[in-house]
Amino acid sequence: MRHRFSLRLLPAALLSVAALGSAMSFAATDVKTIHMIPQGDLKILDPIQNPSYITRNHGYMIYDTLFSQNSKGEIKPQMVDNYKVSADKKVWTFTLRPGLKWSDGTPVTSTDCVASIKRWASRDVSGKLLGAAIGSMEAVDVNAFTITLAKPFGPVIEMLGKPSSNVPFMMPERVAKTEAAEQIKDTTGSGPFIFKNDEWVPGSKVVYVKNPNYVPRKEPADGLAGGKVVKVDRVEWNVIPDQNTALSAFKGGEMDVYELPPADFLEPLAKDPSIKLSIDKLGNQGWLRPNHLLPPFNNAKARQALIYMVNQGEYLAAAGFSAKYQHPTCMAYFMCGSVNDSKAGAQPYQGGQNLEKAKQLMKESGYKGEKVIVLAPSEPPIQAAAALVTIQNLKKIGVNVEAQAMDWGTLQARRAKKEGWNIFHTYSVGADVYSPAVNSYAQASCDASPSGWPCDAELEKLRASWVAESDSAKRKKITDAIQARMYEVVPYVNFGQFFQPMVYRSNLTGVLDVGIPVMWNVEKK
Amino acid sequence: MDLSLERLEQRIARQANQPRALRFARRHPLLVLGLVLLAIVVFLAIFAPWLCANDPTEMNVIARLKPSSAEHVFGTDAMGRDIFSRTLHGARVSLLVGFCVALLSAAVGIVVGTVAGFSRWIDAIVMRFMDGMMAIPGILLAVALMTLTQASVQTVIIAIALPEIPRVVRLVRALVLTIREQPYIQAAHACGTRLPRILARHVVPNLLTPLIVQASFICASAMIFEAYLSFLGAGTPPEVPSWGNIMADGRSVVQLAFGVILYPGLFLGLTVLAVNLIGDGLRDLLDPRIAKKL
Amino acid sequence: MYFLIKRIAAVIPVLAVVAVIVFLLLRLSPGDPAVIIAGDSASAQDIEAIRRSLGLDQPLLGQFFEWIWQLLHGDFGVSIFTGMPVLKLIMQRVEPTLWLAALTMAFAIVFALPMGIWAAWKADTWVDRLVTALSVIAFSLPVFLIGYALVYGFSTRLGWLPVQGFKSLADGALPFIRHLILPVVSGGLIYTALLARMTRATMLDVLGEDYIRTARAKGILLPRLLLRHALKNAAVPIVTTIGLGIAMLLGGVMVTESVFAIPGIGRLTVDSILRRDYPVIQGIVLVTSLAYVAINLVIDLLYGLFDPRIRY
Repeated sequence: MRHRFSLRLLPAALLSVAALGSAMSFAATDVKTIHMIPQGDLKILDPIQNPSYITRNHGYMIYDTLFSQNSKGEIKPQMVDNYKVSADKKVWTFTLRPGLKWSDGTPVTSTDCVASIKRWASRDVSGKLLGAAIGSMEAVDVNAFTITLAKPFGPVIEMLGKPSSNVPFMMPERVAKTEAAEQIKDTTGSGPFIFKNDEWVPGSKVVYVKNPNYVPRKEPADGLAGGKVVKVDRVEWNVIPDQNTALSAFKGGEMDVYELPPADFLEPLAKDPSIKLSIDKLGNQGWLRPNHLLPPFNNAKARQALIYMVNQGEYLAAAGFSAKYQHPTCMAYFMCGSVNDSKAGAQPYQGGQNLEKAKQLMKESGYKGEKVIVLAPSEPPIQAAAALVTIQNLKKIGVNVEAQAMDWGTLQARRAKKEGWNIFHTYSVGADVYSPAVNSYAQASCDASPSGWPCDAELEKLRASWVAESDSAKRKKITDAIQARMYEVVPYVNFGQFFQPMVYRSNLTGVLDVGIPVMWNVEKK
Repeated sequence: MDLSLERLEQRIARQANQPRALRFARRHPLLVLGLVLLAIVVFLAIFAPWLCANDPTEMNVIARLKPSSAEHVFGTDAMGRDIFSRTLHGARVSLLVGFCVALLSAAVGIVVGTVAGFSRWIDAIVMRFMDGMMAIPGILLAVALMTLTQASVQTVIIAIALPEIPRVVRLVRALVLTIREQPYIQAAHACGTRLPRILARHVVPNLLTPLIVQASFICASAMIFEAYLSFLGAGTPPEVPSWGNIMADGRSVVQLAFGVILYPGLFLGLTVLAVNLIGDGLRDLLDPRIAKKL
Repeated sequence: MYFLIKRIAAVIPVLAVVAVIVFLLLRLSPGDPAVIIAGDSASAQDIEAIRRSLGLDQPLLGQFFEWIWQLLHGDFGVSIFTGMPVLKLIMQRVEPTLWLAALTMAFAIVFALPMGIWAAWKADTWVDRLVTALSVIAFSLPVFLIGYALVYGFSTRLGWLPVQGFKSLADGALPFIRHLILPVVSGGLIYTALLARMTRATMLDVLGEDYIRTARAKGILLPRLLLRHALKNAAVPIVTTIGLGIAMLLGGVMVTESVFAIPGIGRLTVDSILRRDYPVIQGIVLVTSLAYVAINLVIDLLYGLFDPRIRY
């Protein structure tokens, strides 16, 4: 027997071994399925614990919000039917739309909402501001609840309708009772889609199906507000880590939507008649964050030097954005084109990049050639490009730079430590930048601020008075004062405002230009 | 008949007159081809700063993704850096990685393998450890090591060398086990020659030939490995151009500027080819016994 | 039988070493899953709260023994990020990786053996040189370059094959095969090269032996001669090479899976390392190490099949 064994059998043997591994799989008809290449991998299902945009996008698929922002930036009721404010602006009463249901069929109640707001308010930047002002929250009946403020707070509705991370999504009470630092496991929501837990392959595939229990509003969809009418059966997110492969797959028609195509391909893709672009008109803001605890950037003059060092066009071009997808040099800390757009305090910097001035300010700050460590990630591309530009420009203004290369995961760990770094870069969508309440990097609360730890009592006082003010004209004045102060203490440097369109094939209609790939209102032909 | 005999004589005479180098080249054409190719790459790497008009790290955001031109022979990458200059400077890093990994793994392998071959109880411990290391896929170990420490060329070298070491140790140990049973070693033992002297005089020289051959293959695969690490996002730091990270940087724009991947890829392929040819050739040359194998 | 028990017992210290190496490697690395979960806008307090909820504030030794204790109960733990059991995450990914590995190896064997044998038979002719040259060249190219070139040619230009993804065999044989052709070819070339060289070299040796010359003199037909007499005697080194190739494949599929977006073990590994999902990485390393050890065991047993002289 042994002698008869032939090598020819070997491939067959290998194949049969492999056949054992063949497991279950799901056949899907492509008639009403939208295939999307998401911006990254959905790692975490909890949009309160984790502020990443991919998790926020997941939140918009399966959860709903009390209020939402329309295309004009106004806050409109979403789950809320109507609300009342007492004359002293202390007591807010909210009544839910009748007939709202969780995906498991049970009704949405006011106690669910109270628990959800509590959890969000213990984690989110602006949630914490609102939370600090809230005296008590109580359910009046099954459909109504009140928020009683202990101290004046202006933008209550704006905060509850906050469009981006962390979004105050409503969850069932049993889920919302989880501590905010702990990850929720239950994906029951009252949003337009249902998350298919059994089809989730982390790192590869996320599947949503239409929620049969969802009751949309009667108004047409407008921004994130209005009726969230689902017109497809299924949405699949297909994670493709290699950008070149992702691009080929989208161009070849294997995918319907490509959430974040590399910036360099926007021009060629825009020329293709079978491809359309969805642009969020507020755009994003690039952030250069110095470490306020270590020299030289513990001195405001050195931080001001960084503003003179930056040429926004250079950063954005290095990241691949052509002029069409760049905002012209923007000196508004709370986004150009937003309700809080301002020129206050920016006059000294209007001339644009001024390396001589930057050099001089560095000298005045007492800089003596200490090593400045710039954290340089290999990916994501925008952060990677920004770090390289900063390194080059710092050298030009006579700074002794050390570039430390690392992956993004290491960078996140490194910047969490107070020692060992001077500058890192990131960026944020406009919806998380546009006001002193949502802009997390405008905080100057020392240790309680995110990495970088700016510390300025006056700026904090101004921010507190901003949220306490309910008159929008007066709030505008405070915004100017905040920005002027920010240009003095420089919590971070804006390296440019830019637009990152989502691209989709023209067989889709009704795509909403909200900067978030919400798939309600979208039809597929 | 006369004529052909005459021809033969002429040929012999001609061969005798040929310089030795040429005769060598005729007998080992692939080895020589490999050596010439490698010599060219090494030359370009060493003299890169003088051969390139442009700084490999100098960014110019206005001149991004430009095609080949007189100023930028290979065009520019997504940061407007000169690809020609980056490719030549990248040769330095990639060659350095290749040679250092080969040297490092051979050096560690020879020490650990010899010791293991001569001491039973060290052998038992060391080989279990090596088995464990071999059981972890090399790329996984390397990627994990890269994230463990700060990214630099040295870390890349160590991360690539470490998974290679167990293989070299095994080779050396196997060789040592056969060599120590040779009659002349036994004789030296019997004569009271001390172990270090036996090792230095008799064992290590016998190890060198197979090790050099092995090291050349390690060198070749290390250069490809470096590219894989960059590709997976855990390679040489971005401001140091290596062929791996030039290609990794370029892959998102490869459909706009093919040169970003083409030229470093071509250089990498040719260099690896050259080193592989040298490895093959050296084996034929140094060890006629195994010349026919592989 | 005794041999089997002895071999399996020898596996235990290997896995123990692997477990310790991996655990230390991960915990000493500068990454921290808590800061990754916390995101850009988190304050130090937020990060600390998340770290506490993950149990990462416990002392290292305690974490290690807890993990070992779980392992001994067959529990690989849950992913820090997705909250999914590690074993489930790995099982989800087994199918694509097994298929990819098996077909890559099959591809290499199907092409490399005839090429190697032919080259050895026609030693020192243009056939031999062509095979040798092709195999050296295929050995010198990074997998992702071959992959990009194939995608450009067969998907973008010709539109014959899909660019990325994986379809289970349960979805039909045709989509299954169409999705795997490009990854298998681009990943398989290097093994084809390796195996072809090895086959050629061993066959050259065997063909020089006396009994082959005798057989040729007796006029035995060529295919019979090559397969029955020559190949069987060359089997041991060839099987060794195949075995080594399979072990290399476990790591090599990482790159192929990344290029072609195939949801296999390789990509799970890279993703988990980059985000410091400790339990998942530890689980994968243990499972792949086990697979590696098992493959080696099978190869050792195959030796006995091919060469009755080898006994344990």
